[in-house]
Amino acid sequence: MNDLTSLIQIKGLRDSLLVSLSDAPWEEQSAALLAQIDEQPTFFQGARLALDVGSQVLKVNEMVELRDRLSERRVSLWAVVSESPTTEKTAQLLGLATRISKPRPEEQQHSIEPQNLTDETALFLNKTLRSGTRVEFAGHIVVIGDVNPGAELDAEGSVVVWGRLRGSVAAGTKGNENAVVCALDLSPMRLQLGEHAFLVAERKESGKPEMASLRNGTIIVESWQTGSTG
Amino acid sequence: MAAQVITVSSGKGGVGKTTTVANIAVALAATGSKVVCLDGDIGLRNLDVIMGLENRIVYDIVDVIEGRCKLRQAMIRDKHLPELYLIPAAQTRDKNAVSPSDMVRVCNDLRPDLDYVLIDSPAGIERGFRNAIAPADRVLVVTNPEVSAVRDADRVVGILEAEEKRAPALIINRLNPALVKQHDMLSAEDVLDLLGVPLIGIVPEDETVIVSSNRGTPVAQDLKSRAGQAFRNIARRLKGEEVPFMDMDKQAGIWDRLQKITGRR
Repeated sequence: MNDLTSLIQIKGLRDSLLVSLSDAPWEEQSAALLAQIDEQPTFFQGARLALDVGSQVLKVNEMVELRDRLSERRVSLWAVVSESPTTEKTAQLLGLATRISKPRPEEQQHSIEPQNLTDETALFLNKTLRSGTRVEFAGHIVVIGDVNPGAELDAEGSVVVWGRLRGSVAAGTKGNENAVVCALDLSPMRLQLGEHAFLVAERKESGKPEMASLRNGTIIVESWQTGSTG
Repeated sequence: MAAQVITVSSGKGGVGKTTTVANIAVALAATGSKVVCLDGDIGLRNLDVIMGLENRIVYDIVDVIEGRCKLRQAMIRDKHLPELYLIPAAQTRDKNAVSPSDMVRVCNDLRPDLDYVLIDSPAGIERGFRNAIAPADRVLVVTNPEVSAVRDADRVVGILEAEEKRAPALIINRLNPALVKQHDMLSAEDVLDLLGVPLIGIVPEDETVIVSSNRGTPVAQDLKSRAGQAFRNIARRLKGEEVPFMDMDKQAGIWDRLQKITGRR
């Protein structure tokens, strides 16, 4: 079995599994992959699989067959990464992705090794966060774009939104009392600062940038001007 | 000829996906395109009812996928439009009978002989939805001007972005201009403001839609209906024409118009 499994490499990505193939013949490798899946069905069931075929050239029927074999096992093949343009085209023809850079938002998770974290570490997101997206970060979060209702931000540091903040936001979640939340339009569904303070009052758009900070255990919202940083 | 595969989706149920599919299909076919509608709502099919083809079903999409019939045999020709076909969903199976790759395969088999394949997605964001968007070249997201529908549409747009699909286009269905004016309904601007995706049509609330759906003759065939006009406009925009958006106020009641003239309110 060991021989068989060493043909392929399986690695966890953020939201799917990446299977890298070696140069061995295709039949052996696909057999090895299916054998591994059959060995641990519970692990693989429902998984999204990306296949890195390296320089191998795959024919349409080979790809289709693997996809079907996988879907019988309730594993979905969503991407085929290849150095060969022919194989890439084949994958595109079948409606598969050929890049695996972008994770799906609902399973997006950002983690940075704690030892590298300083007070100034921030996660920069240059896009609108839509409903169902959750971003957790052990530092500050900066968003250029809107945070729509149904999206959630959870930062151990502060949160700055260059856009409309209408989703749920928690800042200073590990008890950082100096954390603030700023937005061009601060009308969150739910706002949490520090470990215990919540903003519950319904907020109307004020049309001005605002900042929420913690003072004596309660949340204060003020217009966001220079010189009033907390 | 290579068909464009267009999936109509929404997240939330009951916003008018199926009605939209039937009407856009009718409007496209009426202007000479070859169109197949594919009902992706396996287990809860109703596109056949709205198109009035319910009693002609012999084979369905699951029969095709499982090899019990040829694709051609599952295509039901419309009663009025010779270039319009329906591939019905199976009623006695569930979404797991079909995989995303099955859908891609069926659509690829359909592509050569057609102009458009319209897929009616089920509500939700689970298996059935994934099946429906897998083969899509383009996705139309239908929403109603109400908070819950817009929230779900936002979620769907987020998933489509993550799947690296081409940016979806938005259809705002069942807009009631009178309610918008009283601030009892979100306006088209409110919806667009939140979702930030291009608009391809606004369909006014119109009771003829319900009547014609029950009769099995989609309202797009009714030249007098405002909703029908809106769906025909969407079809023209899909074909690449520039069509100005309808003036929603025209539909407002006579009192509103009178009040406008006399300058009250």
